[in-house]
Amino acid sequence: MTAFATTPLLTAEAVVRRYGSLVAVDRVDLRVADGERHALIGPNGAGKTTLLDLIGGATRVDGGRIRFDGRDITRLGPARRARIGIGRIHQRPAVWPSLTAVENVVVAGWHQAGGFRGVRTRARYRRRLREPAMALLDRVGLAGVASTTAAHLSHGERRQLEIAMALAGRPRLLLLDEPAAGLSGVEVHRLAELLAELPRDVSVLLVEHRLDLVYALADTVTVLHDGRLVTSGEPDEIRNAPAVRRAYAEAVR
Amino acid sequence: MMLQAARVLGPVDPYLIPALDGVAYGLLLFVAASGLVFCFGVANILNLAHGLLYAIGAYLAAALLDGGWGSLLLALGVGTLAAAGAGGLLAGLLAPVARRDHLTQALLTFGVALAGGALLVTAFGPDSLPVRIPAALDRSVEVAGHRYAAYRLVFIGVAALIAVLLWLAVAKTRAGMLVRAAVDDADMVACLGVNPARIRLGVLGAAGALAGAAGVLGAPIIGPAPTTGDTVLLLSLVVVVLGGLGSVQGTLLAALAVGEIQSLGVALAPTAAPFLLFAAMALVLAVRARGLPGRFLRLRPGGST
Amino acid sequence: MTPAARRWLVRAGGVGLLLVAIALPWSVDAYTTSLFARTLVLGLVGVSVALLTGLAGLPTLGQTGPYAAGAYASALVAMHVSSVGVVQVLTGAAAGALFALLTVPLVVYARGVVVLMITLAIGELTVTAAGRWTSVTGGTDGLAGIPAIQPVWGMAPLASDRARYLYTLVVVGVVIAAMVMLLRTPAGLLLRASRDDEARTRASGHRVTGYLAVTFVGAGAVAGIAGSLLITAQQYVSPADFGFDVSALLLLGVVIGGAASIGGAIVGTALVIAVRDWLSGLLPGYAPLLLGGLFVLTAYLFPRGVAGFSTELANLVRSRSRGRTGPGDRPGTGIQGRPSRGEPVGAAPVSSGETR
Repeated sequence: MTAFATTPLLTAEAVVRRYGSLVAVDRVDLRVADGERHALIGPNGAGKTTLLDLIGGATRVDGGRIRFDGRDITRLGPARRARIGIGRIHQRPAVWPSLTAVENVVVAGWHQAGGFRGVRTRARYRRRLREPAMALLDRVGLAGVASTTAAHLSHGERRQLEIAMALAGRPRLLLLDEPAAGLSGVEVHRLAELLAELPRDVSVLLVEHRLDLVYALADTVTVLHDGRLVTSGEPDEIRNAPAVRRAYAEAVR
Repeated sequence: MMLQAARVLGPVDPYLIPALDGVAYGLLLFVAASGLVFCFGVANILNLAHGLLYAIGAYLAAALLDGGWGSLLLALGVGTLAAAGAGGLLAGLLAPVARRDHLTQALLTFGVALAGGALLVTAFGPDSLPVRIPAALDRSVEVAGHRYAAYRLVFIGVAALIAVLLWLAVAKTRAGMLVRAAVDDADMVACLGVNPARIRLGVLGAAGALAGAAGVLGAPIIGPAPTTGDTVLLLSLVVVVLGGLGSVQGTLLAALAVGEIQSLGVALAPTAAPFLLFAAMALVLAVRARGLPGRFLRLRPGGST
Repeated sequence: MTPAARRWLVRAGGVGLLLVAIALPWSVDAYTTSLFARTLVLGLVGVSVALLTGLAGLPTLGQTGPYAAGAYASALVAMHVSSVGVVQVLTGAAAGALFALLTVPLVVYARGVVVLMITLAIGELTVTAAGRWTSVTGGTDGLAGIPAIQPVWGMAPLASDRARYLYTLVVVGVVIAAMVMLLRTPAGLLLRASRDDEARTRASGHRVTGYLAVTFVGAGAVAGIAGSLLITAQQYVSPADFGFDVSALLLLGVVIGGAASIGGAIVGTALVIAVRDWLSGLLPGYAPLLLGGLFVLTAYLFPRGVAGFSTELANLVRSRSRGRTGPGDRPGTGIQGRPSRGEPVGAAPVSSGETR
C-alpha cells in the first residue's frame, strides 16, 4: 500500500470490542509503520475512538491481538503501554488542573527521566525534568504560561499542553483523538504546524473530523464505518474512493 | 430427643448459645444497617446520624414499655414514627447542602448526631436504661438442653420476618425497582423525572423507620445508653463495608457475620473480637481489592457478585 | 494584592503565630498551658488528616487509629523502657506507621465517601480494641502514672507544664517543617497530580496506589508522633482520647483550615478544640449540643461546599498561580476531587445523586 508498510510499529489483528449487543469495533486490522502518519476517519459512531482506546489500553479487546514494536501488548494496562512508548491525547484535554503547565509536563515525563532516581538532587531535577519540560513548552508555544496553573489555561492552550505532555513521555506512537475539536481557526492552524513539525521518530495515529487537516498530514488514511474497516490507502486514493463516499452518505442519510 | 441432640453436638455444645445470640445480634444489625445501606446506595448520603435514629427507638422503648403487650406495640409504632420523622427532618436539613460534596454532608450529619445524642441524654439522663419487655417473653425456654431468653427467640423470628419483607419490597415492588435502579445508576433515575428531594426524603424516612423499629425491638439487646448511637453506627458501617452496597443478601450475610464475631467470637476469644472485625474487613476488602470503587458502588441488588 | 505580597503576608502571619505560641506559657496559668499542649498535639493529628484529606484526596475519619497506636506504644516504652523523648517519639512514629501499614490495604483501593466509611470503622474499632485489651492498655481505665519525659539523654525530666508545652512545640515544629520540605519536592507534585486526576496520572505510568499507600503510612507516622506527644503532655492515656468525636472534630478543624494546607490544618484544629474546651467550660453539659450546632453551621456556611471553599483558599495561598481568569471557573478539585476511574476527565465531581 504505502512505502511504510514494510516495518510495522503497531499491528492490530482482527480486534473486536463489543458493548452488549453492539459491536463497536468489528475485526479491524490496522498497521502503523515506523514514522508513519496514519489517520482514522469515518462518520460518527464508526468506532474510531474505541479503536484508539483499545490501542492505548483504556479498554480491553474482546478478541484479536495488538502488537507494538514486535511485542504482544494485548493484555497490558494503559500505564505499561505508556511506559513502552504509546502516548495519548484525549478528546477533552486531560491535564492536572492544580499543577502549573511546566509541572504538568514534568509529571508526564517523570518515568522517561528516570523516575525518582532522576530527582534525587535539585540540580538533577532541573537538568533531567524541569529543563526538558520548559523546552517542550517552548516547542508547543506555551513558554509564556509555564508557571500558570492548568486550570487557568484556555481550551486551546490545554490542548497544546497535552501535546507537550505526551511528547514528554517520549512516545514512539502518538494517539491523537480529535485534536482540533473545539479549537479556533488560528489554533487549528498552529496545531497543524505543530503536528507537521513532529520528528519522524514519532509515529502518529490520528482520529480527526477535519478532513483538510487529515489530508495535509497523513501518509495513510483508514476509513471505518459501523465498526468495520472500509478501506485504507494514501490520501489521494481515499479522497476519491466510492466506498468512502458511500460510508459518509449512509451516515448522513 | 433434646438430650440426644445435646450429646450429638458434643464439643460444639458450649458455643450453641453464643451462636444463637450471634444470630439475634446479626439480625438486629441487619435491620439497623439496611437503612444506612439505602441512604448510601440510593441517595448517596453517608448518614453519620444513623446511630441516633436507632437510639431514638431504643430510648422510646425504655420509656414506653411497661411489661404489657400493648405497650410493646405502642412503643414500636411511636419509635418507628419518631425515628422516621427524625430521618425526614434530617432530609430537610440536608436539602440546602444536597449539591455539595460528601464531606459537607458527613459534617452536617455528624453535627446532628452529636446534638441529637446530647438532647437524648438531656431528656433521659446519662445512665443506660433498663427495658421492660412483655412479661410473657421475660422468661427462658429450653433450646437443645440450654436455657435461652424467650425474647431473643421471638426477636429472631420477627427480625427474620422483617428481612424477608424487606427483600420482597426491594425485589418485587415498584419502589424497590426504583431503589435498585438508583443503586445501579443514580443519574438514570434522575432522568426518569423523579425529584431528588423526594428520593432523599423517602430514603431517609424509610431508613429512620427501619432504624427506629430496630431500636425498639433491639432495646433489650443493644440497650439505650449515651454510647448506643456510636456503637450502632460503627457496627452498621462494618456491615456496609463487608456487605457491599445495594444488595439485601450481602447486607444480611455481613450482618450475621458481624453478629457471630461479636458474640461467638467473644465467647471463643474474649479480647479478640475487635481484632476479628478488623480481620474480617481486611479479608473482604482484600478479596474485592482491585476495582473496588466501581464494583463497590455498583454491586447488583440480589446479585451474585 | 500581588502574589509576592500575599506570600509575604502568609509568612508574616506564620511567624507571628509562632512567636505567640512560644510566648504563650509565660502569659497563662499552668492548667491553660497544658491545655494548649494538648491542643498542639491534636493540631499535629489534624496535619496528618489534612495530608490525607486535602493532599492525597483520601478523606479520613480514622487518624485516631495510628494516633492511639503511637500513644499506647510510647506510654509502654515510657513506663517500662526509657523516659527519653527521642526514643518515645521514634517509637510513636514507628507504631503509627506500622498501624497504617497494616490498615493500608483496607483504604488504598477505595475513594471518596467509602474511605470516610472505612476509616471511621478503623478508628472506632481501634478504640474498642484499646478498651478491651486490658492487659496492655489498661482497658477503659487507661494507663496512668507515666513518668515525666527527658527530651534527650542526660537531660533532667521535664517537671513543669511550661517545659512540656515547649517540648511539644519543638517536636511539632520539627515534624511540620520536615513535612513541608518533603511536600515541596517533586514528590509533592505527584501527590497533587494523583488527586487532580487519578486516571490521567496512571496513564502517564505512575503507580498512584503506591503513592497513596506511602502517604498513608507517612500520615500514620505523623499521627503516631502526635500520640507520643500526648503521653508527654498529659502523662495519661485512655480510649476516651481517641473517640469518634475526636475524629470528627479533627476533620472539622481541617476543613475549616482549608483541607489542603498544613498551616491551616493546625490553626483550624486548634480553633475547633479551643471552641470545644471553651464551650464545655462555659456551659457544662450543653457542650455537645452546641458543638453539634457548630458542625451544622459550618456545613451551611461554606457557599460552595467545604471542598470548594478549601480549593479557593488553596488557590489564594498558592501564590505561584497567576490567576488570569478568576478562581471561580476552576473545576472542582477539592476533597471529593478524585474522579472515579472511567469518569470523563475534567468533569466536575458532583455527588452523583444530584446531577440533574
